[in-house]
Amino acid sequence: MAETIQLEVARYSPEKDSTPSFQKYEVPLRKDWVVLDALNYVKDKQDGSLTFRWSCRMGVCGSCGMMVNGEPKLTCATFLSKYAPGPVRVEPLRYFPIVRDLVVEMSDFMTKFRKVKPWLIRNDDKPLSEGEFLQTPEQLEVYKPFSMCINCTLCYAACPVYGLDPFFIGPAAIALAQRYNMDSRDQGSDERMDILSQHEGIWGCTFVGECTKACPKNVDPAGAIQQYKLAAAMDWFKALLAPKASR
Amino acid sequence: MRTQAQPATPPYTPYHPRWYRTHVSTYWWMHRWVYFRFVLRELTSFGVAYFCVMTLLYVRALSRGPEVFQAFQSRLASPLFICMTVVALFLALFHTTTWFSLSAHAMVVRVGGKRLPGVLIVMGNYGAWVVVSAILSWLLLR
Repeated sequence: MAETIQLEVARYSPEKDSTPSFQKYEVPLRKDWVVLDALNYVKDKQDGSLTFRWSCRMGVCGSCGMMVNGEPKLTCATFLSKYAPGPVRVEPLRYFPIVRDLVVEMSDFMTKFRKVKPWLIRNDDKPLSEGEFLQTPEQLEVYKPFSMCINCTLCYAACPVYGLDPFFIGPAAIALAQRYNMDSRDQGSDERMDILSQHEGIWGCTFVGECTKACPKNVDPAGAIQQYKLAAAMDWFKALLAPKASR
Repeated sequence: MRTQAQPATPPYTPYHPRWYRTHVSTYWWMHRWVYFRFVLRELTSFGVAYFCVMTLLYVRALSRGPEVFQAFQSRLASPLFICMTVVALFLALFHTTTWFSLSAHAMVVRVGGKRLPGVLIVMGNYGAWVVVSAILSWLLLR
């Protein structure tokens, strides 16, 4: 008989349960299997009622984020063999409301995401006939790391500040704001600063730094927030020293 | 339509009676070493504050003349103050080194359009620390 590993999967049925509980499943321990493969195996062969999100299976869509042994992970990029001999505990992403089993409600993130205006803002839009806004490779390099975010929200599940203060805008949304602020074609950093310089914005962050460690795309949201704090502090000093010029 | 939130429900998403919301324990930072280390880093700022206050007290004693300064110094030589200073030194060292290791995230230094690697930023901090310590040692011990 092939070697197996035990999965302890969080189950929550809103119709029947008042709190989540764990259900155990034995799945084959294959070298090339990720945690998502094991969940799909359970759904296909053992328990069709198990509910979870997934899509691309290749670390691009950001749908399959879950807690694996207490760490936020993309389950399509987390090998089962890493946790041998097991058990492997799979739970829904921390700090989000649970809809069913491993599925969480993400509309709070989507609301905050829109709030930071993640698009190019221009004050002096030019007609199409004048061509595109050109950008050098150096200018691209400045914001490119922050543009790699796939909205998987692992950073929110790693952030105790978000768990304690649900109003906190959170790592991914602030990193995305920084992505546009640092884009040479954008002119909307003042508008975003008005939103993010509030307490629920950058100043809510206490620099735990776990968001950066959890990020599967090396975005460094913690760095984005600290750099933003520095920019906000510089703005404040400029306004203090030269109030007229900063207006 | 946004429904009236229940007391235990955060108001940031519409209340939904069937969503399960987890409660964050007051002792969340004790469950994982990385969170515990973060809280340690925050708490050890008391060591830094201790040295700031002591420096101010030194300046005040100095401004009040040689006798007051002498009396202040002899009071600091008591075992209690020596113990407190040693503990504060360890707290301040932990605080400083943990912040140095994080500084690469907060500081972006570009040379010739390329971002300097984080390890150089961290080493720069340690280098500056050594230089300042050397200058102070020279001033105090010459």
